[in-house]
Amino acid sequence: MLYRENGQFKTNYRADQQVFPILQDRIAIGALLVFAFAVVPLIAPEYLFRAILIPFLILSLAALGLNILVGYCGQISLGTGAFMAIGAYAAYNFQVRIPGMPLIVSLLLGGATATLVGVLFGIPSLRIKGLYLAVATLAAQFFTDWAFLRIKWFTNDSASGSVSVAGLQVFGLPIETPAQKYLFCLAFVAVFALLAKNLVRSHIGREWMAIRDMDVAAAVIGIRPVYAKLSAFAVSSFIVGVAGALWGFVHLGSWEPAAFSIDRSFQLLFMVIIGGLGSIMGSFFGAAFIVVLPIVLDALPYWFGIPIDTALAAHLTFMIFGALIVFFLIVEPHGLARLWSTAKEKLRLWPFPH
Amino acid sequence: MGFFLETLFGGLMAGMLYSLIALGFVLIFKASGVFNFAQGAMVLFAALAMARFSEWIPAALGIESKVLGNVLAFIAAMAVMVAVAWLIERLCLSKLVNQEAITLLMATLGITYFLDGFGQTLFGSDIYKIDVGMPKDPIFLFQSTFEGGVLISQEDLVAALIAALLVGALALFFQKTSTGRALRAVADDHQAAQSIGIPLNRIWVIVWSVAGFAALVAGIIWGSKLGVQFSLSLVALKALPVVILGGLTSVPGAIIGGLIIGVGEKLSEIYIGPMLGGGIEIWFAYVLALLFLLVRPQGLFGEKIIDRV
Repeated sequence: MLYRENGQFKTNYRADQQVFPILQDRIAIGALLVFAFAVVPLIAPEYLFRAILIPFLILSLAALGLNILVGYCGQISLGTGAFMAIGAYAAYNFQVRIPGMPLIVSLLLGGATATLVGVLFGIPSLRIKGLYLAVATLAAQFFTDWAFLRIKWFTNDSASGSVSVAGLQVFGLPIETPAQKYLFCLAFVAVFALLAKNLVRSHIGREWMAIRDMDVAAAVIGIRPVYAKLSAFAVSSFIVGVAGALWGFVHLGSWEPAAFSIDRSFQLLFMVIIGGLGSIMGSFFGAAFIVVLPIVLDALPYWFGIPIDTALAAHLTFMIFGALIVFFLIVEPHGLARLWSTAKEKLRLWPFPH
Repeated sequence: MGFFLETLFGGLMAGMLYSLIALGFVLIFKASGVFNFAQGAMVLFAALAMARFSEWIPAALGIESKVLGNVLAFIAAMAVMVAVAWLIERLCLSKLVNQEAITLLMATLGITYFLDGFGQTLFGSDIYKIDVGMPKDPIFLFQSTFEGGVLISQEDLVAALIAALLVGALALFFQKTSTGRALRAVADDHQAAQSIGIPLNRIWVIVWSVAGFAALVAGIIWGSKLGVQFSLSLVALKALPVVILGGLTSVPGAIIGGLIIGVGEKLSEIYIGPMLGGGIEIWFAYVLALLFLLVRPQGLFGEKIIDRV
């Protein structure tokens, strides 16, 4: 009863093409943003920022980028961690080698570098498809793992590829406390989510979806597969690269190539699949689920007061994590985003049966 | 020249071991269209089971003979792998019929996590040994032709022979037995196979069991070479380029692909590696596979991918 579009008439094209055509959605999103920007920094404890909120924000940005490639353009990628690494190390190099480089510019340049490499590794997708492509993208993963360990120039001659940044500031404001870091990440995520949302409902987003659904048919109706696939790789690796730079600069502070290993790639793919392929909202749900789940699983024995050997607890966490993923895929193969939209459908009628 | 040949033989035999793991991928993909990422975890699981049973069973039954102990442990480990195959089919795959390839891929990733955790909870997470009496001493060949001859590890040679035997046996199984024929029918077309009365569920259990058998053999060989530990499951990552290079649907492809990757890896490590700073083994296989795929997108022996609108 509360959530329905009755009486909200669209009298011009602008109103018809809004991002959120329903008034209740606009109010809800506005309230959420106000809450996230103004209320959370005041009330959240430091642990919550460090362990959950900041990783959640950055990883949901990366998942958003991956979702554009996998969910919207249908090109499976197992090499996301590589593009995060490229973003992080490129941003590091811009920051260190050019004196007085503004933080935001080096983060964005990190993303731009990831874009270049992403397009390069996207070229095989024009010929290789499906699972073959998925395995081929692992080439990017292992190559970057190796490159950042062995090629000293990339890491400013540091041993074993570990680098660190300190004294971050934007427009003269320092980014030191967890709350400041949180706000910085949140601003990035909000801007990129809006951009991505608009991109996927523009003509380029439609081209991606056409390629995803059937690339031969899409080519027949005049969509250039080269342009569509490479642009998806470019946009996706840009966002993933920026997320990687944020992960290194803001969340970790100092990192080495292992921070962007193949496990990170799988983790991001899990987020996208569990959240929902081809859904901006789903990326956030998936990220929340995957970030919070291990923390809860780790904490569970303590809550119940059962003492468990740490090695055993780690193995049990693995088992439960794997089982839950299989369970989710069986129960809802279209992800949490589908549950969300089902709930919204139900809400439109509630509390009436019809 | 002698050194080159030595590297070449080393590569060929390493390649044979890769194809042993790649075989597991191909078997399952052929029969159910699932890209089984869990193959590596299955290798680890099988190797752990084998290692622990070969300790437990002789201890429990008081068997002195090492051969008998190993045989019993092998049978027990195989039984465990069949049970795993049955559980995977029952609890996971039968509920995911007709889902997209990527969903199935993710499900096998979930299974990977589960098996990694489960195996180590059940069998412990230390480093274990498998001793099936593989000969350890190297032998020298062509001593008359080259000075010093060509050094070959006997262990690798035996492993390669076992792998070749296994491949031959599987080829016979697929071509000559009625079960093998049913497997090929399912691989060709699920619905058509079902409509002429082939029970899909049972076929899948059989395929996963056969893949479990391949995993067990691979686990024993790799395990007696490297020791049974968690990193064994990472060997699967080495087998992935083999699978796509040979073609996801081709058993001979897995063998030839394995040999190409094995040789390419070893030769590149020796001859190109020093130029790039070493350690290129890890990505070279993937780049090599990628180059082959650019020419033949379905792999060397894969079925041609035909796009229909």
